[in-house]
Parts: sequence; structure tokens; C-alpha cells
Amino acid sequence: MRNKLMAICMVVSVMLAFQVRILAHHGNASYDTTKADTTLTGIVTDWIVANPHSFLKMDVKNDDGSVSHWVIESSAASANQRGNVRLTRNSLKPGDKVTVTMMVAKNGQPVGRIHQLVLPDGRLVVTDLP
Amino acid sequence: MRNVGAYVVLVLAVLMSPSIMCAQTASQSGPIKHEGIPPICQGAGRFNCAQPPVKGQAVDTEPTTDAWGRTARRREAAKDSKPGPAPRHDISGIWRVTGVDEFGFNGPGIFGAGAMPSDGWPDHEPPYTKEGLEAYHSHRPVWGIDAVAPAQTNDPVKACDPQGFPRDDLHGFGTTQILQTATQVVMLYGGGYKDWRVIWTDGRALPKDPDPTWTGYSTGKWVDDTTFVVETNGTDDRTWLDNAGRPHTDEMRVEERFHRVDQDTLELTVIINDPKYYTKPWAGLDKQPFKLQPADSSIGEGRCVPSEMALYDSLISKPANPEK
Repeated sequence: MRNKLMAICMVVSVMLAFQVRILAHHGNASYDTTKADTTLTGIVTDWIVANPHSFLKMDVKNDDGSVSHWVIESSAASANQRGNVRLTRNSLKPGDKVTVTMMVAKNGQPVGRIHQLVLPDGRLVVTDLP
Repeated sequence: MRNVGAYVVLVLAVLMSPSIMCAQTASQSGPIKHEGIPPICQGAGRFNCAQPPVKGQAVDTEPTTDAWGRTARRREAAKDSKPGPAPRHDISGIWRVTGVDEFGFNGPGIFGAGAMPSDGWPDHEPPYTKEGLEAYHSHRPVWGIDAVAPAQTNDPVKACDPQGFPRDDLHGFGTTQILQTATQVVMLYGGGYKDWRVIWTDGRALPKDPDPTWTGYSTGKWVDDTTFVVETNGTDDRTWLDNAGRPHTDEMRVEERFHRVDQDTLELTVIINDPKYYTKPWAGLDKQPFKLQPADSSIGEGRCVPSEMALYDSLISKPANPEK
């Protein structure tokens, strides 16, 4: 089988809709990578620093006035750095206004994974590549 | 890819694809390196691999700061640095994997063994025996060409089982501290699972048919001034070789070659020898380089915490499960 394939120049276009970042225990197969990242601004309701992923819960007001309760995972603290802006347990608290750029769940649930986050003080946190 | 029929379908899809890449550079030693974007990254909805960094994204050479305020991570040497010669019989220090892999990510291991990533190139498929391929297909990894969603995986690390050896090398190296004593080399892995193992250098032989452990039994010796060779046996077969779910038996033997290139650079080669699952030995890492980090920097904690994994499941993987 390998010999057959070695004789063929090919690119495999299997429709596996997932993207890749970071750690071993999960990939990003749940997230939609067919479109660009989604950027939303919301109000923090909880910020849970955990290992290896932290979790940001935020409420986003939709155009129709309804509110979506988002849960967005973040990489480990050591991976969240750019220009020495570290994401720590003190970085966010309930009531803070944040803007998050993320990939979102394929199944339409308000679940995502942070790529960039603008802190309440305007500093930019960027998730490093693994 | 489990049968020829699937391959035929894929070939037809490829021939109709607007982006056919077939450049290949064959290396006569080690796994074949390919030019171009790996198959797993092709097409809409595929792994969003070698993308340009997000604007403002931390770049490979940018140092970061640990909780102590010390420089915690430097992947490449400063441009004007001139590292001194390699010290004799010394691989100690804090080492950080360097460079980017074929997917544009910092360091190997996410898609499986760095020298044999599960990226869809056929010659990056390990040389399985029939039994080895069956064992591989029983695994549902979350990375690589056969990845599934997190809610569907049976990766043992999902339950916070240890990565074990050699997955600690093939994925968990990240930033790792190596200590040397008169009779041991000790690996303190910082790549996310906070594992450690001891390599005995007192001349003892490997045990015969030992009870398997998660990191096995290791002995090492210097073969010249700058090359340290390690042999390992007795690894628990519940662990996966790598992130892509490659399997191994408890009869596997692993050889590591640590080569201190200069003051700042260490190269690691990892050879897997497991005749029951693989028809011949193959390199999981092939001279993977690491850079020496500042001696006062911290590795940082990466752990698998069962309670936090349960939180992850309840908040993220179950709600986002594509099969819902």
C-alpha cells in the first residue's frame, strides 16, 4: 500500500474539520476552522485558572438583545505571552470587559478557544504557538 | 486510512483538487522530508497548520517571563551569540526545544513523533507489522491524520495516566531539565506532564524481563566526549508512543543519543525498536535540537490534573462535541 502511494504525487483532501494547537490531551477537532476567527466583546462572569487550560466565562449581548453565555478555553499560562504580557489569575475578574478572538465550536455551542484577548486595560494577550 | 478503496477515493479527490503538491525531497538517512504543505493541512476545513502567525503573536525567538520575573524561554540563541565549545561529558542544564515543525508550531510532538509526524505523507507512517497496525487502529488520538474530537478519544493521558517513556521525549520534552550525578542522569520533563526518569550511568546492565513501569528502565554511557547513549526497556504498554497514538509493546527497546553540539545546543535522536509492532527500527526524533536556557529560569508547571480535566470535559469537550 505504501509502495503504491509512494508512486503517486498527491495531496490528501480528507474533510477533517479540525485545527491544531497545543497540548496532548486534546486537539481542536471540535472547533470550526473553515472560517476566520470570531471576535466578540463581552463581560467576564468567571475566570478559572487551571492546568493545563484556563477557562474564561463571559456573557455576550447578541444583536437581538439576548445574552449568550460563552465558555472559552485558554492555553497554559506559560503559553499565553507576548511582549511579557502574562495571563494570570489576577488578569481578569467578573465584571471586566474583554474582547476575545477565538475559534468556535463546530456544533454552534458558545464554546471557543482563545487566540487573542484584549485585557480591560487594553493590553493584548496572544496565545503562543505550542 | 484502512483500506485500498479509501486510498482510491482519495486519489480521485486529489486529482480533482486545485492544489496538488508533489514536491518531495528524499533524504537517504532518516525519515523523508517533504517540501510543501503536509496533506493533513490541505483543503478547506483541514488542520489550520502552517499559517502565518496571528498579528502580534509571540514569535519563536521572543523570550518570555516566568512568575519570578526571570527570562523563562528562549528558543533561539541571540543573533550575535557565539556559543563556546561543547563541554566534555555534560548534557546538564535546562533545555528548550527549538525551531518550528513542518506545521509552523514551536517544536515537534503535537502531531506525533517529530521525525515521523502523522501528517498524511505515506512515508511518515511507521513500518507497522499487521499486529502493530491493528493496535494503532484501536487508538483514537486527538492529533494527527486519524484524530477524533476530544470527547471521543481513548488517549490514556485523557484520564491523566502518565505519558510515560518515550512519549515524554517525543511530545513532553518542551523545556526539560537534565541533572547529572556521579551515577545518574535525571530527566525532569517540563513539557506538560511533569514526569521524571532516572538513567543509570554506573555500568549496570538493563534488567532482564522486568515488571514494566511507566518510564521503563534506562542505562546510559558516553561513547565519546560529547555523545551520551541510553538504552531503555521495560516500558508499560498502556502508554502511547506519541500524540498520534502510535502503539508499543512492553518488549520495546528505545535508544536515545544525546549529542552536545556546542555550549548552547543539544541534539536528541530517539530510535524505536519493537519487532512485534514494527518491521524495523525507526527514528521518533532525528537530531532534534534544543537550546540551553538561562540557569536561573523556571520550567513552569504543566500537569494533568484529574479534577481540572473533569472541569475541561464539563465546560468544553462535552458541550463542543461535534456528534451532538
